[in-house]
Amino acid sequence: MSVYNSFNYPDVDEKIAKEMGLKTEEYELAKKILGRNPNYIEIGIISSMWSEHCSYKSSKIHLKKLPTQGKCVVQGPGENAGIIEIDGDICACFKVESHNHPSYIEPYQGAATGVGGILRDVFTMGARPVAAMNSLRFGTLDNDETIKIMDGVVAGIAGYGNCFGVPTVGGEVFFDECYQKNPLVNAFALGIVKKDKIFLAKAEGVGNPIIYVGAKTGRDGIHGATMASEEFSADSESKRPNVQIGDPFKEKLLLEACLELMKNEYIIGIQDMGAAGLTSSSFEMASKSGSGVKLYLDKVPVREKGMTPYEIMLSESQERMLMVAKKGFEEKVIEIFKKWDLDVAIIGEVTDDGFVRLFWNGEEVAFLPADPLSNNAPVYDRPYKKPEYIEDLRSFSPLKLKKIDDLNTCLFNLLNSQNIASKRWVFEQYDYMVRTNTVVIPGSDAAVIRIKESRKGIALSSDCNPRYCYVNPKKGGSLAVVEAARNVAMSGAKPLAITNCLNFGNPEKPEIMWQFVEALEGMKEACLALDTPVVSGNVSFYNETEGKGVYPTPTIVMVGAIDDVKNTLKSSFKSFNSHIIVVGKDKYEIGASEYLKVCHNLVAGDAPEVELDAEKKLIDFMVDASGRKLLNSAHDISEGGFAVALAEMTFENEIGCEVSFNEDVRDDFLLFSESQARAIIEVSSLNLEKVEELLKKYGLFYMIAGKTVGNFISIRNKGRKIIDVNILAAKYIYENAIKGKMQ
Amino acid sequence: MKIKVYVKLKETVLDPQGEAILQSAKRNGYDFIDSVRVGKIFELEVSKTENLNEKIDEISKKMLANPIIEEYSIEVGE
Amino acid sequence: MKAGVVVFPGSNCDHDCYHVLKHVLEVDTVFLWHKERDLKGVDFIVLPGGFSYGDYLRCGAIASHSEIIDSVVEFAEKGGLVLGICNGFQVLTETRLLPGALLRNRDLKFICKNVNLVVSNVNTPFTRFYTPGEIIKIPIAHMDGNYFIDEKGLNELIENEQVVFRYCSETGETFDDANPNGSVDNIAGIVNKKGNVLGMMPHPERCAEEILGNMDGFHIFNSVKKYLKGGI
Repeated sequence: MSVYNSFNYPDVDEKIAKEMGLKTEEYELAKKILGRNPNYIEIGIISSMWSEHCSYKSSKIHLKKLPTQGKCVVQGPGENAGIIEIDGDICACFKVESHNHPSYIEPYQGAATGVGGILRDVFTMGARPVAAMNSLRFGTLDNDETIKIMDGVVAGIAGYGNCFGVPTVGGEVFFDECYQKNPLVNAFALGIVKKDKIFLAKAEGVGNPIIYVGAKTGRDGIHGATMASEEFSADSESKRPNVQIGDPFKEKLLLEACLELMKNEYIIGIQDMGAAGLTSSSFEMASKSGSGVKLYLDKVPVREKGMTPYEIMLSESQERMLMVAKKGFEEKVIEIFKKWDLDVAIIGEVTDDGFVRLFWNGEEVAFLPADPLSNNAPVYDRPYKKPEYIEDLRSFSPLKLKKIDDLNTCLFNLLNSQNIASKRWVFEQYDYMVRTNTVVIPGSDAAVIRIKESRKGIALSSDCNPRYCYVNPKKGGSLAVVEAARNVAMSGAKPLAITNCLNFGNPEKPEIMWQFVEALEGMKEACLALDTPVVSGNVSFYNETEGKGVYPTPTIVMVGAIDDVKNTLKSSFKSFNSHIIVVGKDKYEIGASEYLKVCHNLVAGDAPEVELDAEKKLIDFMVDASGRKLLNSAHDISEGGFAVALAEMTFENEIGCEVSFNEDVRDDFLLFSESQARAIIEVSSLNLEKVEELLKKYGLFYMIAGKTVGNFISIRNKGRKIIDVNILAAKYIYENAIKGKMQ
Repeated sequence: MKIKVYVKLKETVLDPQGEAILQSAKRNGYDFIDSVRVGKIFELEVSKTENLNEKIDEISKKMLANPIIEEYSIEVGE
Repeated sequence: MKAGVVVFPGSNCDHDCYHVLKHVLEVDTVFLWHKERDLKGVDFIVLPGGFSYGDYLRCGAIASHSEIIDSVVEFAEKGGLVLGICNGFQVLTETRLLPGALLRNRDLKFICKNVNLVVSNVNTPFTRFYTPGEIIKIPIAHMDGNYFIDEKGLNELIENEQVVFRYCSETGETFDDANPNGSVDNIAGIVNKKGNVLGMMPHPERCAEEILGNMDGFHIFNSVKKYLKGGI
């Protein structure tokens, strides 16, 4: 009996291909590429590689439209993470990635392994991770299911990131009913790498050994990649054994060992084993280099007895890496991994025949052409169509909105909104200070870290308003980019590049596909206008449960640099008796706003206008003004409008304010409009003249609205007091809204 | 009456804690140990109630163990 | 003066402590690997924060059985200066160089934030630059910082003036609301009887540079530096 037959795999037919997630035409294509019927191991490999998660088959043609070039770009999309230049040869390596489905099934482990995966993406390239962030979306906190999921996700992120030793410096948390059964967990990591020490996923040099390092392979998450490409249904319960367990301790050892290894010239290429494990890592390395590989699967360190080649190829056990070493340096590599108590084994070699050949006890049990399977994977130009709900939403007329007399209560209700309220309950569970680089801690517009070897700092912000994306995906896509850029600029940094994580519903539905295409178009326009290319990213489709999809949620993480980190600005008032200036023109836009949702229970209208030109000017002004040390603090105006932004600035140092307007407009619109390209800046009397000059130079509309004073938040229009609240009362609500629900 | 519920990770699930303890034990000379799996014991002091066994089984499944990754066994004492 | 920072697998504040000692205080500093016994002639040892051995079994438990610890214990018993921060404090209690134990936080969650501490003993080599009763701000970041000791042990600590730091309010009161993790008597840091071994949950290395907005932790390292130079 042959070795292959000893595994008793069934014969492959259409039914088996379907069970593994392949469509009939995809199975036919596989047979055509191979020129024969694949065996069971091979069909498992192909179905994983061609899953939406690994192949991007529905998104590929649209992703190509995004700008990926720019002066600062060192490595664009296509590798484990993108890289941009920050200061000379000091580069930032970063990416954001989704781990949505696993986090719904097992919140703690799902989120933890999401963090683990993104950290590996970054240090695989030779970068030491120095900052992490997370963009999280949950249902509302009025039910036990959401509370349990959020509790688990936050603990999982904390458990992994804290132990690994990467500071989680910021992120966002958004709540809406649409995420009730489809929470989104997008994990971001950023590392620092010297330009000449960047490592790529290469498999070159015939005869060079392929080395497996890290944890042992178990039966974790087999077909996880396929699971991430399906809608959820009630029987997802039965898929639970797929959940992987993260071991941050092992990952920390893997990091230190890899960085120690990379100081030397022992290896050619390295790739982490993420989705579809050994399958994608081996095929990617072989196909990128136009080479081939032989893998002796019986040499792979395994955790369980009786594992078969199929299971070994598809296992998603965490904390593993595949690398190609230079022949003759095997012992050096092994020595370093032994020092760190990690499993290491030579499991194959590089060839040049273009095939991935798998062996078991000396017999070839599968062989597949690497390049054709990677590059001729199915690509779909899925049909798209504008959904009907859009027109319904547009029929909303703001002026018919019921007037509210007690605007103080409105402001309190907005500060009590989970989307606006303090996320302290979340971020205090994260170690946001380890590595002693965190200059601006969570809670400001952007997180800022210093680089110990440079004067420069790095500013980061993660943003996306899914409600804008729902009512107008194109505007929403643009606004996610500009808000992230604006937030980065508020700290004084220049926005440089983005990474994105595109969370959508089922792309086989034309309405969902339309949302996707529109959002990408908006994103593209904003990236071009701000000169912030996309250097890495990830697409997560099928975020639907029982036919109900999430709001389109294209998460953007903007990375920027500040010339002198000592000039970093925070978004809290710094001193009494300084001037409060509102920059940017209010168009009193209330559509899709937090105010509409919280105070009128409505999601309607259109998203605010996108003002790319004004945004650019505002950003340039901020970089210039902070570089000249002219500002005390700055905060952008976003969800909740001017009143919420102003209140947020008073909390940290308990410095109050008095501002007055003279506008012919409804008071609620004046306070809570979410018009874009606006910010509040705090300026001392000494610098007022210079700041005004600079604002004029950049052609920005502005208004000196008031002063920092007292322990209250006071806003007048036409002499009438429309807001008058005590800071401590407002702060109490703001600080306890989420904490109160979670205890 | 006393009831003990033993909870441990399923055999197929990675136990990082057990692994780390095993490594250290071996380094400290206990090299005859081949595997360590860590679990928890819950000691329940219960009063008489109907369908006790079913209820204990239920709480084990729903609260004491996470059936996604853990398995449990129940030992009823006097 | 020569300082050594111990590196256990899973230590993650080792680079931070090294940075403060080497680049902020400009002290000759080396890393000490857990599998070695040689202390490389250092006269000050830091057991840094982190998750040594993943914090598996009990925090600090596996580290307390590593090779380097035998040498650290010997060094401490001869009067050498040892500072254990966070996980390092947990290691010191597991090795019994310091009394008591660190349990899971009262709220069962990891806590990362700035806390106020009142300094109750300024006569140690670590705290000479503080004034008695001074209130300082140092961040904590831990899951298991809930200091436990029995009543007899506590009385001994107090009698021997071994309590160095207590969690307190902004104005210095050590009531329960100012206790972040449930520690007995709001204890945040203690020394051994001889005063040469300090264990503390807060992280002084995270507030020893101006760019990080707080210098309160700098004085601990500076106190050790001046003490070893014989300056104070």
